[in-house]
This record gives sequence, C-alpha cells and structure tokens, in this order.
Amino acid sequence: MNLELVPMLQQIMLVLASMVLLISFILMDQVRLVAAIHTFAWQGALIAAITTIVAISEGHMHLYFSALLTFTLKALLIPWMLHRQVRKLELDHEKEALEHPVIASMIAVALVIFSYWLVLPIVQQELIFTRNVVAISLAVVLIGFLIMVVRKQAIAQVLGFMSMENGLFLAAVSATSGMPLIIELGVAFDVLVAMVLFGIFFFQIRESIESLDVDRLNHLSESEKE
Amino acid sequence: MNLQISLLALVQLVLYALLAPLVAGWIHWVKAKLQNRCGARIFQPYRDLYKLFNKEARMAHTASQLFRASPYIVFTATLLAASAVPLLSINLPTAAIADIIAIAGLLALSRFFLALAGMDVGTAFGGMGASREMLVSALAEPAMLVAVFTLAMTAHTTNLASLVGFQLTETFVLRPSFMFALAALVLVAIAETGRIPVDNPSTHLELTMIHEAMILEYSGRHLALMEWAAQLKLLLYGTLLTNVFFPWGIAQDLSLTSLAIGLLSLIAKLLLLGIILAISETVLAKMRLFRTPAFLNLALLLGLLGMLSHVILEIGV
Repeated sequence: MNLELVPMLQQIMLVLASMVLLISFILMDQVRLVAAIHTFAWQGALIAAITTIVAISEGHMHLYFSALLTFTLKALLIPWMLHRQVRKLELDHEKEALEHPVIASMIAVALVIFSYWLVLPIVQQELIFTRNVVAISLAVVLIGFLIMVVRKQAIAQVLGFMSMENGLFLAAVSATSGMPLIIELGVAFDVLVAMVLFGIFFFQIRESIESLDVDRLNHLSESEKE
Repeated sequence: MNLQISLLALVQLVLYALLAPLVAGWIHWVKAKLQNRCGARIFQPYRDLYKLFNKEARMAHTASQLFRASPYIVFTATLLAASAVPLLSINLPTAAIADIIAIAGLLALSRFFLALAGMDVGTAFGGMGASREMLVSALAEPAMLVAVFTLAMTAHTTNLASLVGFQLTETFVLRPSFMFALAALVLVAIAETGRIPVDNPSTHLELTMIHEAMILEYSGRHLALMEWAAQLKLLLYGTLLTNVFFPWGIAQDLSLTSLAIGLLSLIAKLLLLGIILAISETVLAKMRLFRTPAFLNLALLLGLLGMLSHVILEIGV
C-alpha cells in the first residue's frame, strides 16, 4: 500500500469520508433531538466539502454547483426547517435513548463490513481515485436504514432517511463523479418536498396520538383505553 | 554499544520514575490557575511522596500479607510497563522484549493486585472501588487493543519502538485510521488513568470515587507507592500517546545531542499535553458511573472504525 503517493487533496478527502461514516454512527446514538439535527447538518457540510474536493481534482464545473446546492440544502435549509418544527412541536428537550445502543452500533459495524464486501468487485475495477469511498457511502445508506429501524421518534427517523440520501449522493459523487446537474436538481427538489410533507405528517401524527413515538401507532386506540 | 543501550534504558527508567510526580504537579498547577486558585507548587507531589515515605505505615487488623505486598507489585509492574514505552530514544532493549500487548498485560497485572488489595481489608468502599475499577478496565481493554491493532496493521508491528520508528521514517500522510485510533486511545487513557469525566482524582467523595476508594486503607510508604504508581501510569499513557502519534524529536541514535533534543521535545510535548488535560478537566463534568460503559463503547467504536477505515480506505489505494 502506498498512501504516500496519493496527493494531499485526496488524502483529505479520505479523511472526510471516514468522518461522514463516523457521523452516521453518532446520528444513530444521539440522544437529544436538537443535537441530532446539528449532527445531520455537519454530515451535509462534510459531503459538500468532499464534492468540492472531487470537483477541484477532477475539474468538473457542475460539481461545484452540486457542492453549493448540497451545502445550502443539507447543511442549512433542511436542518433549519427541522429545527423550526422541533420548536413548534415543543420537542426542544426531547430525549430518546436507544434500547440497546451497543447492539445497534455493533449491527452498524457489521453493515460497514458487509458493504465493504459488497463493493469489492467495484474497487478492483480501478475506476477513479474515489472508488474506495463507494463502500463508505453504501455503509452510510445502510446505517440510514438502520436508524429508521431502531429509532422510534418520527423526527429521528426522518434524519435517518435524509442521511440515507446523503449516502446516495456520496455514492454518486465517488463512483461516477456526480450525476448530471438536472437530475441532481430534481433529487434536491424531491428531498425538499419530502421535508415539507414530513413536516405536515409530524403535525398529523402529533394530533392523533399526542406523541411522535411511532411505535404507538401499532396500538389500537380501543385497547389503550382499557 | 550494548552497554550504552542498557545504560540508556536504565536512565530512561529512572527518568520515568522522577518525571511522573512532576507531570502530576504540572497538571494540578495549570488546573488551579484555570480555576483562579493559587494552587500548590509544581514540586508539591515530590514533597507529598517524601512525607509519606517518612511516615509510619499502619495496617488494618484484617489485612493479610497480600495487602502488604500489593503496593510493591503494583509499582513494579507499572514501572516495568513504562520501561517498554520509548521515552527519549527508540533504541530500547526493553522494547524488544515487551511489545504493547505485554504492556497491556503488565498494566492488567497491576490493576488486578490493586483491586485485590482494595477488597482485602473488607471495608465497603474498597470492594466498591474494586468492582468499579474492574468494570472500567474490562471495557477499556478491548478498546485499547483494537486501537493498537489498527496501528499494528499499518506499521506491521506491535512493538512500540518499531512503531515509532515507522512513524518517523514515513513522510507526512493523513491517515483516517490513525485519527480514529488516536481518539480511541485518548478516551481509553482517560478512563484508565482515572481522570475526569470517568473518575475524579482530586476528591474523596464516597459515592463517586473509583481509584481513591481502593487505596483508602493505605498509609505511609504503601500509600506513597500507590500514588507514585498512579502518577507513573499517567505519564506512561501520556508518553504513549505523544510518542506514537507525534514522534517528532525522539532520538534515533545514541549521540548526546539527539538525546538532548529528545528530552527537550519530550518535555515540550508533556507540558502541552498537561495543559490540554487540565483544560478538558476544567470544562468537563464527571459522568455518572453508569454512563461510563457508553463512554468506553464510543472508544471501542472509534477503534473499530479506525480498523475498518484502514481496510476500506487505505489498503485499496
């Protein structure tokens, strides 16, 4: 192995990619809702930074735009919207600990290993320098799934969903140096609309069960009255 | 040549024993300044040790021979472990014998006797402290080993001297795995040396203490040895962290100038580390004991992530 031969810019990108993975783990174990939203914002900012680095070293103009788009959308706009909703729903001090945090993080570690095994054929293809990041991005997607499974709080689940989208974006950037700009704009718009819809859903769930704990949707309202 | 190296190892061993109280005193002093107190002088730990060595050692009636022997075993095992960590120079005969797994083993031995001694007298606090210490160390040890294996996978050695040598020969490379390993080892070091937020070394508050609870029954020279061993352990982890991750300045040959440079850089690094530790202890509050497993789980997770990022990001490049 010869990491010394890799340019500094790409070394920085590898470090940033590993930080993205770490943030996925933190997002899963984060007890406080507001802190989890901030963590998510950091993930968006890191992915924007990675996109910028790929843009600089590959010289693709449109990647600068998508980095800017990612930063405004994932690091500023969506966290701000979530933050506002949390304040409106008066969940500022809401805490939700996982039932088995150690098991959850060990499952997440297993998912990282699984995604590494899954992308081994791609890595051996020797495409571009970012190919190692594909495993990381797949792991971020899978951990996003896991967050939606283990968390009960609706807003935390939305954070998992959004971080899954982060992983997909990272995969696109690292495997093929980004999607065409028009598709990226479409995806960005989709995510934004999803965010608005989630906001409406939060209020609806809250009105009908007086909580955002999604597990309570499994109970029949009659049986609860007994 | 061989004589020189052995002499150097001996000098290093003595230096370890002599520097350890100074580092503890420095951290105390910086902390006092940060908290707007006058604080004791930096050399206060030496005076404390001197005072304790001159005092009579009292024993509880229920104490067995084990209680009497434990301070010597604890101190010797810690000193032996420290002797295998490169301090001034990477030419160490002891480092060739003991790699980092042996160091972990020696530290485990000292901890084992510390816990036994805590339980020996049969007071409630001793047993409580011993059980807590075992809880912390049982969780900290795997995290430490995983972090060390991450380093070993890159440098292809578990020997600390060769590890430092590898770091010195390599040109500057950003390794995500080393960053994770550094973070994991910092958390482990905090837990193992009993600093805030895991344990508070400066109180005897009965409900929260871990290390202090175990040595509560000791007095005189026994207490002095126990405290000295704790200071040594702090210096050991400090040197391990600074010399493995930031090895600049450490001597690679036996000439006097390079040894002097090694000593100066070591002092500079330890001063800086002391300041960082003092700041973190001033701004952080102690955790509840039951939060400690989560803290050490984070350390284990960081170690695992370091290992994974080594395999995923660094090998395929």
